[in-house]
Amino acid sequence: MRAIERWVERPLETFLTESAARVTLLMTSSGQVVAQHGFTRSLDVMSAAALGAGILASTAELARIMGARPLDTVVHQGTAVGVYLAGFETPRGRWLGLVVFGQETSLGLVQLFFARLVSDLAQAAPAEAPARQVLAEDFEDELNSSLRTLFGR
Amino acid sequence: MSLAETLSEITRIPGVHGALVVSRDDGLVVADALMEGVEGDAVAALAASLAARMRGVTTALGQPEPVLLMLAGTDGTLLLAPGPSGLLLVAVAGSDVNVSELRLGVLAAAGTAF
Repeated sequence: MRAIERWVERPLETFLTESAARVTLLMTSSGQVVAQHGFTRSLDVMSAAALGAGILASTAELARIMGARPLDTVVHQGTAVGVYLAGFETPRGRWLGLVVFGQETSLGLVQLFFARLVSDLAQAAPAEAPARQVLAEDFEDELNSSLRTLFGR
Repeated sequence: MSLAETLSEITRIPGVHGALVVSRDDGLVVADALMEGVEGDAVAALAASLAARMRGVTTALGQPEPVLLMLAGTDGTLLLAPGPSGLLLVAVAGSDVNVSELRLGVLAAAGTAF
């Protein structure tokens, strides 16, 4: 597990232990990857971050068209692995979480402990650095910057 | 018998705080009848996980899957009855429950429901 901000580490470690998730990615809605577990290549993180953000953006737009409340969670359940994707609010602004889990755990456990992760992050977040406005053109720059930090290149 | 009626058969037992039908594979609530304060989603997820682990133990021992699991704590009791259709019947009770009555109720309800 690698995190850009230290205060994220303990809540995320607890989540990983409790949920038995295989892969986890936390990122801001502007594209900055905050923490990751299970990825070995920055290219994979970049793809997953972009695709995850895209899926959530699509479902949000779908909800808007249907006149429904925003859809914060998307689950793709496969035979071998499942993907849990959720947007959530933190004291640092809106973040996205992407979790890949296998048959050693269940959607119920991932959902349960992800809710606790969100709560733990809210409690652990330092007070400074208010959320700034998110611009679409910043997404790639933020993503590349955070990947360099996480993977050291 | 409907799932609601099945759950009602269990929750009418004095000392029972709630009952749930849970999907065994994903640990999600299919139906529930819970007193306020019982976290259904958490109970469902953890009960399904417990049932899966116990199934692993009995399989490793070359034994058939148990028909009833009981977890007794100082403040209450949790009973799980796995069914063949991918569902799990769960009862949450306080320490004042008559465990024998609850056990019979859960087994009967699971047999009827599943």
